[in-house]
Amino acid sequence: MSAILEGSKAVAESVRLCRPNLVCAYPITPQTHIVEELAGMVADGRLEAGFVLAESEFGAASIVLGGSAVGGRTYTATSSQGLLLMVEVIFNIAGLRLPVVMTCANRAVSAPINIWNDQQDAVSIRDSGWIQLYVEDNQEALDTHIQAFRIAEELMIPVMVCMDGYVLTHTMEPVDLPTQEDVDSFLPPYEPKYRLDPDDPFTMGAMVGPDAYMETRYHVHMDMMEARSVIARVAEEYAEAFGRHHGGLIETYDLEGADVVLVSMGSLLGTMREAVDELREEGLKVGLLKVRCFRPFPKEAIHDALMGVGIVGVIEKDISLGLEGTLCSEMRAAFCGEESPEISSFIMGLGGRDITVEEIKQIAWDLARNPACRVEFRGLREELLRGDEG
Amino acid sequence: MAVEERWVINLMEPGHTGCAGCGQAIAARLVLKAAGPRVIVANATGCLEVYTTTYPRSSWEVPWIHSLFENAAAVAAGMEVTLKAMGRYEGIKIIAQAGDGGTADIGIGCISGMFERGHDILYVCYDNEGYMNTGYQRSGLTPLRARTTTSPPGRLSYGNRTRKKNMPMIAVAHGVPYVATATVSEPRDLMRKVQRALEIEGPKYLHILVPCVPGWGYESELTVELARLAVETNLFPLFEVENGVIARVKKPKEARPVEDYLRPQRRFAHLFQPGGEEVLEELRRIAEENSRLEPGPARLFGPGAPE
Repeated sequence: MSAILEGSKAVAESVRLCRPNLVCAYPITPQTHIVEELAGMVADGRLEAGFVLAESEFGAASIVLGGSAVGGRTYTATSSQGLLLMVEVIFNIAGLRLPVVMTCANRAVSAPINIWNDQQDAVSIRDSGWIQLYVEDNQEALDTHIQAFRIAEELMIPVMVCMDGYVLTHTMEPVDLPTQEDVDSFLPPYEPKYRLDPDDPFTMGAMVGPDAYMETRYHVHMDMMEARSVIARVAEEYAEAFGRHHGGLIETYDLEGADVVLVSMGSLLGTMREAVDELREEGLKVGLLKVRCFRPFPKEAIHDALMGVGIVGVIEKDISLGLEGTLCSEMRAAFCGEESPEISSFIMGLGGRDITVEEIKQIAWDLARNPACRVEFRGLREELLRGDEG
Repeated sequence: MAVEERWVINLMEPGHTGCAGCGQAIAARLVLKAAGPRVIVANATGCLEVYTTTYPRSSWEVPWIHSLFENAAAVAAGMEVTLKAMGRYEGIKIIAQAGDGGTADIGIGCISGMFERGHDILYVCYDNEGYMNTGYQRSGLTPLRARTTTSPPGRLSYGNRTRKKNMPMIAVAHGVPYVATATVSEPRDLMRKVQRALEIEGPKYLHILVPCVPGWGYESELTVELARLAVETNLFPLFEVENGVIARVKKPKEARPVEDYLRPQRRFAHLFQPGGEEVLEELRRIAEENSRLEPGPARLFGPGAPE
């Protein structure tokens, strides 16, 4: 069924179709519409799930942790400060191997406080042991949540679906809604490998010393590495069942013969596709690489896709202060020990600043003229830097 | 008639690495004995978690989870709602448990949320009056004038400057239908309170005073005796609040002087040095306030309470 839905509503419909046993969240802009929609579904009986309004994001994450530990399919959503308040629990959920699914409506991080979109929040917790999938549009957001539960429950690894706040959460787009029957056959009921149950007591979350701690971390790491093939396979299976494929780990666009490749995550890819089309018409051979799966990081897929490419520009809405864009650093790692393209970092769109087609095209032209590897902020207001205003 | 099974089995098994004479280990074993095997336990970080589950061993014969220091109440809430939603809740009781720091300080947000939403959970606070797992630092439940490593007596100090946060009354103020205090010198009373709590639908709060051998500084055979003295000196009153009414107060037959309780503990040794008399008087006043606790509508007692 096709419908024109706000991104948040598309996600809520997707979550409903996944039949969670527990939905729990705490309100934060721009995540609120997702949880409001789910609350409405619970209120009118369209969604039969435990529904808890937590006292904080820390509490919300802890509540879904508990629900997952007794074998329930659990879902939460947050953003920015809320995600940072959850961080202690986020690491714990991953370490306990609980397949929670979360939406992160990506938003800038304080200070200064800012409610608009960038991706600093999710990128900052890349090392927590959660799978992170970044979506480009509302249809991909909807489809990726259904995949997320499959991936999480198969691997016993939590999955975070990252969608740009406002740009996607508050924007109407036509989406195709799968039927309940089709989702049920793609996503069977969750059969946990272990759960807290008085009929079969076991201890979860024991104190582990230097004699065994490293092995537990090794196992999580190896399973995260293994997750790459699962994520790619689930995307293929989803395409077979529903006819839509948004990329498994990465997606490429116009990569054939490209002299310059631009890389990013999330909704910016839509704008970048337009820029690439125009640049090709103008005679510059530019291609795109969309990183859909940021954790586990698809080093090999990126390496193989960019073989023979000379110039790469990574455009991202986050920065590792004191270094460069985080995605850019990791792109470099894909070429460790080999001849690498020149990979430059372009920091843009922080705190919701618009990124235009023209700005993206300018980056491509600039890289074509001067490929030297560099770190640049683009779109800065010079008058503010000079202190003329504000 | 055969002895009831619950008196024989241990759901928290011995062989753990708790200190000899640990009051918390006694209390936790009694709580589980009273609750029986059809429980799921969410345990906060702290001594109890560390000494019962040092990998690869576990003392727990019931399903048990440790997540973090401050979220046992929230983890328990998630379990309860999810089990209900899945139709698997029938016949199961959920217990969340933590120490005094995990309860009154760092965990109070999650506890408040759990109380306010009315989850069917028994929350047990094992109060040994400080952060004993990290080496006897002060918590919000450390008593007035106690020495801890972060509230040391000195030229300008007689130890901890604040009174115990009144956790039971904080629970009562949330409308928690059953709130009680207990200690390890009254094991039958403690177990009765656990069972009473588990009969009631909704959130329950049980606050158990558990003497700590190294933290309080006393000989390990005195654990039960000190718990008894805490009650008999009125420094730790035993009472039950049901639906906002103090239903029962277990009063000492004859109140003993506070010195009987304080003197065997090194954490109060500085009160028996020259100049300590004035401070002892403060503690006598607290005992006297506690002694006035009577059945009837629950109202604030302690600092700020009307005379």
